[in-house]
Amino acid sequence: MSRLGHAALAVALLAASSLRAAPPPTSEVNTTGLAVTDTTVTVGQLHSATGTMAISETGSIQAEQLAIDQINAAGGVLGRQIKVIKEDGASDWPTFAEKAKKLLVSDKVGTVFGCWTSASRKAVLPVFEKENGMLYYPTFYEGLEQSKNVIYTGQEATQQILAGIDWIAKEKKAKTFYLVGSDYIWPRTSMKIARKHIENVLKGTVVGEEFYALGSTSFGSLINKIKLKKPDVIYAAVVGGSNVSFYKQLAAAGINGTKQTLLTISVTEDEVLGIGGENLAGFYSAMKYFQSLDNPNNKEFVAAFKAKYGAASVIGDVTQAGYLGPWLWKAAVEKAGSFDIDKIVAASPDLELKTAPEGYVKLHPNHHLWSKLRIGQWQKNGQAKVLYESELLEPNPFPKGYQ
Amino acid sequence: MAFFRTLFKTRGEAVSFACFALLILVILPLALPVFRLNLVGKYLSYGFVGIGLVLLWGRCGILSLGQGVFFGLGGYCMAMFLKLEASDPVTTAIQSTPGIPDFMDWNQLTALPKFWEPFHSFPFTVLAIFVVPGLVAFLIGWAMFRRRVGGVYFAIITQAIALILSLGIDGNQGYTGGRNGITDLRTLMGWDIRSEHAQQVLYFICVLLLLGSALFAKYIINTRFGRVLMAVRDQEERVRFSGYDVAMIRTFTFTVAAMLAGLGGALFVLQVGFMSPSLIGIVPSIELVIFAAVGGRLSVVGAMVGCLLVNFSKSAFSEAYPDLWLYLMGGTFIAVVMFFPDGLAGLFTKWGTIKNRAAALLARFRPASATTPNASQPAK
Repeated sequence: MSRLGHAALAVALLAASSLRAAPPPTSEVNTTGLAVTDTTVTVGQLHSATGTMAISETGSIQAEQLAIDQINAAGGVLGRQIKVIKEDGASDWPTFAEKAKKLLVSDKVGTVFGCWTSASRKAVLPVFEKENGMLYYPTFYEGLEQSKNVIYTGQEATQQILAGIDWIAKEKKAKTFYLVGSDYIWPRTSMKIARKHIENVLKGTVVGEEFYALGSTSFGSLINKIKLKKPDVIYAAVVGGSNVSFYKQLAAAGINGTKQTLLTISVTEDEVLGIGGENLAGFYSAMKYFQSLDNPNNKEFVAAFKAKYGAASVIGDVTQAGYLGPWLWKAAVEKAGSFDIDKIVAASPDLELKTAPEGYVKLHPNHHLWSKLRIGQWQKNGQAKVLYESELLEPNPFPKGYQ
Repeated sequence: MAFFRTLFKTRGEAVSFACFALLILVILPLALPVFRLNLVGKYLSYGFVGIGLVLLWGRCGILSLGQGVFFGLGGYCMAMFLKLEASDPVTTAIQSTPGIPDFMDWNQLTALPKFWEPFHSFPFTVLAIFVVPGLVAFLIGWAMFRRRVGGVYFAIITQAIALILSLGIDGNQGYTGGRNGITDLRTLMGWDIRSEHAQQVLYFICVLLLLGSALFAKYIINTRFGRVLMAVRDQEERVRFSGYDVAMIRTFTFTVAAMLAGLGGALFVLQVGFMSPSLIGIVPSIELVIFAAVGGRLSVVGAMVGCLLVNFSKSAFSEAYPDLWLYLMGGTFIAVVMFFPDGLAGLFTKWGTIKNRAAALLARFRPASATTPNASQPAK
């Protein structure tokens, strides 16, 4: 082969290799005018950085940022670095709607990671549907919703409730349940499902069901009733600031993990920080993720999180679900070979993620995740000991027989 | 001409009103994309509350920290109508009971509650937007002012009412949508209110109603009744001894302010597309007072400018500094209260006084060449 031949071959090889490395042209991967250039793709992040919800949403903000940094370090999405526009929903639902619209209409972001409370999701949902945007929503929630434009990375209610009650009924031979929740849609719906399951499937009895206004801090009368009824299990979905008073007052009244079985669906590592591990020791939480999960994915995730946000930071269920958002979006974009919303939606069903800290997850065509349920028992140090792990549970946002 | 005089007592008033009208009717619609214009429309819907507060607080001396209640009542009336229209049996076929709003279905209601029924009718809804807040205000006002409850006590009671209403809505989610509010509103008598065209039209409707309400308020202020209002504020006892029914005057003003707030709430819902108790409680009620205070509680145009300015900076600050914006807002409020106690509108009046003083000072200097007066004497 001549010298020229060698050179030609080299050039051809070089061209071929650079072709493989070069990202696909923007005109091909972005046909709907999103904020995608040859080197970057812009996404939005919409959480409450201020206001009453900020304390809960900070974990999600951090986890999403961590995932985005990791994706960027690994070469980005379709060869494009992710740029984030951060907006503050300020714990105020109209502000969430305003900012969602700004992200979709003015900034033309490729996707949005955000929202936490159901109320904020309900406020932005019409905006996402109207402007055909994409939202990755991290919180476990009440279900009864399914949208083309939302991917729910947390559990819907049945995934969190049924297996947990089954476990506690079997493990503790529980027959009587006392249901306590904050008064809004998520606890109400959850308790409705719990009650139907207890009464119709387990043939147990609900000896009390009470709801307290959000932010309520006096549980004295409740504690008296509980002492009177002596339920086998207290089943709790108390949220926010009420949580701290609820558990401290239980502890002060002598109702603690050694004497009473309590299963909650609203306490993660984040809440334990406020409540204090000593007030919770021995009680159980039903979640899909605990920081103490023992698998290689999670060890890597916890190490990376602590390296970025400090050794004292803790990771709760929603934080981990927030971390899944950017990775699921990346997987969908790469499977679709495009940033177009409709193509991402088409590529999303049955998408798998093997690197999730909670273990293997798969996206159901109904836009919720197949995931496992775990029961953790709280320890004095604020971490949970995982006692039980279910099979992968199918998400079922509109459960028949539980409505 | 006499009518014009009643509306605008000085040329400055007429000019400032005309400038503001020009700004929101012509300049902003030309300069802003529809998304931003829609935001301005949202800010202006708070302007109705601001106008009411000028009458109530600025002129009549009653500080209400519960105007969110009336804003909310008007808004909920509108939202109920829109929600019923959005919940026709076809779109809600997936529910256990099709044809009722989705949140009722989630809360196991199987029939539309009685008090929702009339909101199928648009004329009834329009009436209710004024009558419901008006009636509630009248009853509260009548009960309070008859007993000569005023000042701080009245402010506290309005706060309590704001809290009661927002908790009541929160706690009855089957009937009210609870904390999530009434969401996903789509059409107004078949007209898609979410489209860009609709948002432009709604903006102009909002602006015209706002300017109309402002003129109405100016009319009240500049008639004899307006002077009685001020007299009630400054010398309550004298007005009472002169034979006026002070309680009735206050109740009337409170009712008018509430109806304006209700109208603002309804326009808010049309432009934003949902209503929730987070717009009714204590914090938003205080915020509404802050808007009016920043703009100037004595001036109708000032209060509207205040709403616009505070909300505009809220959006701008929070977009630019999502982590710091609350401090910036707080700093701005403190600065306004410290340096312009009468709000930004007070700045104009002050500017007028400064100009006059400067002119007077100059006038004293002019003959200086002839008579050499004591130039070091400070102008008083």
